[in-house]
Amino acid sequence: MRDMKAFFLHLAVLAALLAALPLLSAYHVTNVAKIMVLAVYAMGYNIAFGYTGLLSLGHALFFAAGLYAAGMGISQFGLGSAGALVAGPVAGGLIAAAVGLLALRTAGVAFMIVTLMFAQAGYLTVLYFVRYTRGDEGIVLDRAARMLGGVDLSGDTPRYLLAFALFAVALLVNLALVRSPFGRVMIAMRENEARSRMLGYNPYTVKLTALVVSGVYAGAAGAAYAVLFGYVGASLASVQYSILPLLYVLLGGAGTVLGPLLGALLMFYLIDYASSATSAYQFIVGAVLVVLVLFAPKGILGTLRERGLRWLP
Amino acid sequence: MAAVILEARGLTRHFGGLKAVDRVDFDLAAGEIHALIGPNGAGKTTFVSLLSGRIEAGAGRILFEGRDITRLPAHARVRRGIAYTFQITQIYAALSVYDNVALAAQSHGSHPLKPAAMEALDRVGLTDRAGQIAGTLSYGHQRLLEVAMGLALKPRLLILDEPTQGLSQGEIEVFNGIVQSVVPAATVLLIEHNMDVVMELAQRITVLNFGEVLATGTPAEIRANPAVQAAYLGA
Ligand SMILES: Nc1ncnc2c1ncn2[C@@H]1O[C@H](COP(=O)(O)OP(=O)(O)OP(=O)(O)O)[C@@H](O)[C@H]1O
Ligand SMILES: [Mg+2]
Repeated sequence: MRDMKAFFLHLAVLAALLAALPLLSAYHVTNVAKIMVLAVYAMGYNIAFGYTGLLSLGHALFFAAGLYAAGMGISQFGLGSAGALVAGPVAGGLIAAAVGLLALRTAGVAFMIVTLMFAQAGYLTVLYFVRYTRGDEGIVLDRAARMLGGVDLSGDTPRYLLAFALFAVALLVNLALVRSPFGRVMIAMRENEARSRMLGYNPYTVKLTALVVSGVYAGAAGAAYAVLFGYVGASLASVQYSILPLLYVLLGGAGTVLGPLLGALLMFYLIDYASSATSAYQFIVGAVLVVLVLFAPKGILGTLRERGLRWLP
Repeated sequence: MAAVILEARGLTRHFGGLKAVDRVDFDLAAGEIHALIGPNGAGKTTFVSLLSGRIEAGAGRILFEGRDITRLPAHARVRRGIAYTFQITQIYAALSVYDNVALAAQSHGSHPLKPAAMEALDRVGLTDRAGQIAGTLSYGHQRLLEVAMGLALKPRLLILDEPTQGLSQGEIEVFNGIVQSVVPAATVLLIEHNMDVVMELAQRITVLNFGEVLATGTPAEIRANPAVQAAYLGA
């Protein structure tokens, strides 16, 4: 029962994340909470890129949509944390739908460029409306605004637990999605679009659906970032934040459910460690990526799947 | 003659100056096996691509089950019941054999999925390879998988583009049996170079040459046609 095996592996990973909480120092609790939020973002990216084959360079726009929907919702429209956490994925999904309707008329390199342009336009919009967004300086959400059911989300433990809850839901939904008939169609679209069309699947609607799901994930991660870390700034909408999930996914394994978490975890600590050791940490990150592309182009879990763990979803 | 399931009128497609398909009129009777033959480059693949919607028509009209499908995109035509198997094998090489047919079966809306997919594999004799990665199949088996995907779509019209290319004699016999089992519930349009297969299966034959219909008729009529002999059979 390979389905069962996969399901229990994912439950075990979740259990490990929960069990780690009392064992980690405050510093690492904050880090891992952030990693789980970024992993949700990367999982969303993976649904578009890893499973459906849509190489987007504009996902920061969807992340930022959730981030600002939550941040500005709280700071300017009196939204509570719960409302902000709902507004985020809705905003991410809507923006992804709007971008997808236009960008999915293109494919390949053109799609990369069009999505990049949309995200740049979003970034510049944030900077332009500095009166509302506070631009680069950003919005800092105060503690009082980050309560959920009487719990202060800025505390280490509640923050970790909420990030974990979001991550757990996202992971299990991701697993169910890629195991579903629609998940099979997404993969089919990635593998051979012409063939899929001749099996009766409309490539445009399949890709649009996948992109919207991807946007919902990115928006949820953005909103969680705002609520849990209390900061909403333009740098989080910049092109770097479009590249980041791509790197996580490539490192962990595109088209694997656990790849985004693994990639986010390793890349986060690699940058953390390298930047404490040298000011040229970007060089180390670059070197790791080159090694990866040369020796394990399918990422860590993608390579493991090829070498025997075929049941890995 | 039985009801017409598909009719093409004045169907045309040029590539630059090349008249790949030129003002073709064509009728398919419901439930027949109709072979489309002609020399290399005659326009056979282009013609059926116009029928399946893979290529857009330059001019002309296509009616399928009485409805105009000329402007319908390919995927919508598949949903209406027109299945096309590629001349150049187009399977999902990285996916399992089972996933390949399951994608076809679920497109047709087969429920439950697994028995429907397995039945299609069974008909081409690939049941025990269901778990194998499709790209690792032998060439002949890949061709049969392509046919199984067509069957799993449960089409009204099955278009097969040179399905027996690269098949062994034994596999060709299996294939002939499959095609005969599809009719008369569905209709088959078969592009085929192997004349033994054509003569065994086809009730009617259309000969294309330089993008035009040279002749249409029963196998006996086609064999006796002097223009066909000159242009194609050559002997
Ligand atoms: N996309 C295309 N662009 C330009 N020319 C094309 C294109 N597709 C086909 N042709 C040309 O149109 C003509 C008909 O090609 P087609 O593939 O339909 O022939 P065919 O009868 O299927 O041949 P074969 O028996 O070799 O499969 C050929 O001269 C071919 O080179
Ligand atoms: Mg051909």
